[in-house]
Amino acid sequence: MSRVAKMSSCCYNETKRQQHHARRSKVKEASPLNWELGPDVYLQKCESDAENAFKVRLSIRTALGDKAYAWDTNEEYLFKAMMAFSMRKVPNRETTEISHVLLCNVTRRVSFWFVVTDPTKNYTLPADEIQSAIRMNRNRINNAFSLNDQTLEFLKIPSTFAPPTDPSVPIWIIVFGVVFCIVIVAITLLVLSGIRQRRRKNKGPSEVDDTEDKSENTITIENGIPCDPLDTKGWHINDTFMTEDERLTPL
Amino acid sequence: MEKARPLWANPLQFVFACISYAVGLGNVWRFPYLCQMYGGGSFLVPYLIMLIVEGMPLLYLELAVGQRMRQGSIGAWRTISPYLSGVGVASVVVSFFLSMYYNVINAWAFWYLFHSFQDPLPWSVCPLNANRTGFDAECEQASSTKYFWYRKTLNISPSIQDSGSLQWEPALCLLLAWLVVYLCILRGTESTGKVVYFTALLPYCVLIIYLIRGLTLHGATNGLLYMFTPKLEQLANPKAWINAATQIFFSLGLGFGSLIAFASYNEPSNNCQKHAIIVSLINSSTSIFASVVTFSIYGFKATFNYESCLNKVILLLTNSFDLEDGFLTASNLEQVKGYLASTYPGQYSKVFPLIKNCSLEAELDTAVQGTGLAFIVYTEAIKNMEVSQLWSVLYFFMLLMLGIGSMLGNTAAILTPLTDSKAISRHLPKEAISGLVCLINCAVGLVFTLEAGNYWFDIFNDYAATLSLLLIVLVETVAVCYVYGLRRFESDLQAMTGRTLSWYWKIMWAGVSPLLIISLLLFYLSDYILTGTLQYQAWDASQGQLVTKDYPAYALAVIGLLVASSTMCIPLVALGTFVLRRLRRGDPAPVA
Repeated sequence: MSRVAKMSSCCYNETKRQQHHARRSKVKEASPLNWELGPDVYLQKCESDAENAFKVRLSIRTALGDKAYAWDTNEEYLFKAMMAFSMRKVPNRETTEISHVLLCNVTRRVSFWFVVTDPTKNYTLPADEIQSAIRMNRNRINNAFSLNDQTLEFLKIPSTFAPPTDPSVPIWIIVFGVVFCIVIVAITLLVLSGIRQRRRKNKGPSEVDDTEDKSENTITIENGIPCDPLDTKGWHINDTFMTEDERLTPL
Repeated sequence: MEKARPLWANPLQFVFACISYAVGLGNVWRFPYLCQMYGGGSFLVPYLIMLIVEGMPLLYLELAVGQRMRQGSIGAWRTISPYLSGVGVASVVVSFFLSMYYNVINAWAFWYLFHSFQDPLPWSVCPLNANRTGFDAECEQASSTKYFWYRKTLNISPSIQDSGSLQWEPALCLLLAWLVVYLCILRGTESTGKVVYFTALLPYCVLIIYLIRGLTLHGATNGLLYMFTPKLEQLANPKAWINAATQIFFSLGLGFGSLIAFASYNEPSNNCQKHAIIVSLINSSTSIFASVVTFSIYGFKATFNYESCLNKVILLLTNSFDLEDGFLTASNLEQVKGYLASTYPGQYSKVFPLIKNCSLEAELDTAVQGTGLAFIVYTEAIKNMEVSQLWSVLYFFMLLMLGIGSMLGNTAAILTPLTDSKAISRHLPKEAISGLVCLINCAVGLVFTLEAGNYWFDIFNDYAATLSLLLIVLVETVAVCYVYGLRRFESDLQAMTGRTLSWYWKIMWAGVSPLLIISLLLFYLSDYILTGTLQYQAWDASQGQLVTKDYPAYALAVIGLLVASSTMCIPLVALGTFVLRRLRRGDPAPVA
């Protein structure tokens, strides 16, 4: 009963700020030690913008859509456990318990503030330590809730960017090199074959009559005989008749 | 004696060569912009009218001249009249300027193509800044695609005065681009004729694949509906008609001498009238087809950005008011905003300045053309598709095919007159001439790989070919109709192809088309004069956006030189021929 009374006194101030949705009253797992401290101390330690307090914001529906889970006290317990786990990895803080992590001001958004107190519950642990602990274990924390850096936000804690993976040779140079070599080889082949063709042509005409050189693009052919010889032989021999004679069967 | 003139192996190669030359990057990145700016579906009306009145007649004229004269541009115009060989020279000069800067686009396409084989695509994520605490500042201000284009590809300087150093990566890509072009033109029509099968057909394969993908993208219909809804009031805007005429004119590649060069390798009996109609129809329908693809991509990108904007607003409101996650959706956003504004006015007024007004129309209205469309807008859309590497490779491969197809025409325009000239072809084989031309172009093109190279590129793109081409084609039309004589040309064509010239072509050549070109010329001249100082867009790295600056004096001098060097060829060569004639008094009149 008095625990519930403590809860409502803690959250009463915050209700004024977040009036437009119903507060879910939660029964926080308060340790016997906490019990002894008055409500004022509890209020001091965990409240919005308190010293060494961090605001956390979750976007479960955005991340998971239909498979979104509801945020309830069990999820909060898991969160406290993850925070305690992270703090345990820090030297000198191996004795952090779940009960040292205090959550408050849970909204429907799902966002809340939390602090981590030391074993004596007299003061809260410095923000730098918590920040470095969370950054080191960010992946584990994200995976525990099936979220990522954008959907599980620790405001004031920037996410670390993965260092860019630069391959030793940029990929584009490899592709460029392949295409370049293919083109050079093709050009060389074409040029060489062109030179060879021209050499063959140069040798060819020197053995043949001038007749060949005088042929134009359109060599008109009648009856299977090119008309050009009509010009070159100077009209002395009419090849059309000559070849026709040869075609006639000899007597 | 003269070697036989090389011919196309079959008429199909000629048609494909013309198609692959005419269908170029302008169809993909200029026509959709014009369509969007000048009334969507209703722009098709002036476009098709100009096609029939201006495009087909002028295309037929150039093909007929080339096929009849069977020489490159210089020889063809010298045959028509020795005083007019300046027109041919001007064509060669303009083609030279064009091939210098056009191949840089192919170099960029290669660059993006090679970078598409990575996961994730390099333009989809911002790089981290120096101490790894966040993203690079310039990239945050602009977007990752703009950053990749302006910083990683161009490494652009803040103004044209800061030339900066040569960037070796684009320079390597430019070298590769020229090597590929050399490979294709090495053997003249023999090699070009086979390459054009690929450069003409492959872009259509990719466009069809993109059409199917584009139409199935989420939000594509938004783009299509918005862009194609006709805005009939634009029909009364004279700029729509002028831009339609200009687009038809430049899209067909008239006046460069490439069409004359291609047609000169035809059989004399080739039916070039049919081919002219086919090529111009295919060119225009490709423009329309490409704009369908582009608009569906626009729609996808705009919808994606609109939804991201909405999600950001939802997240902002959810966090500020600690609402339940998933409560705010796009459908109840306005309602809840109203409720919050009335119930918590104090807190709402704090948050209000941060809430952006997300509008789908505003996203769709961003009209982009040119390299910005190809390398920024498209890449932004591609990075959001699934299997983006595949789409990226396909897209840049298509750009390459389109660009190389046009380059084949450009280089043919330069090489054909050179190989026709006996003085040069006697001393050098055609492989060496092509190699020299490619080498010179590549060396000069390295200017465009400087840090300020993109600004020089824009100068060449805007001024090297526009006015000069209009003048060249005007002189061509007047030369054929009035200097050579329309009746004489008509009888030549009839003797060559065996078909009579229809009255339609005669009216167009003699009257309508020259009048159209004169009015276009007058419009552009008055536009240049009225604009006053010429300005350009410079990239400001600190703001992450483009800013307008004035051209310095030497840049204006280069612009003037570009325009003058091609247009002055016509009167100068005419004058030179006249003077030479006078000096050689007593020589017989030249045989036309």
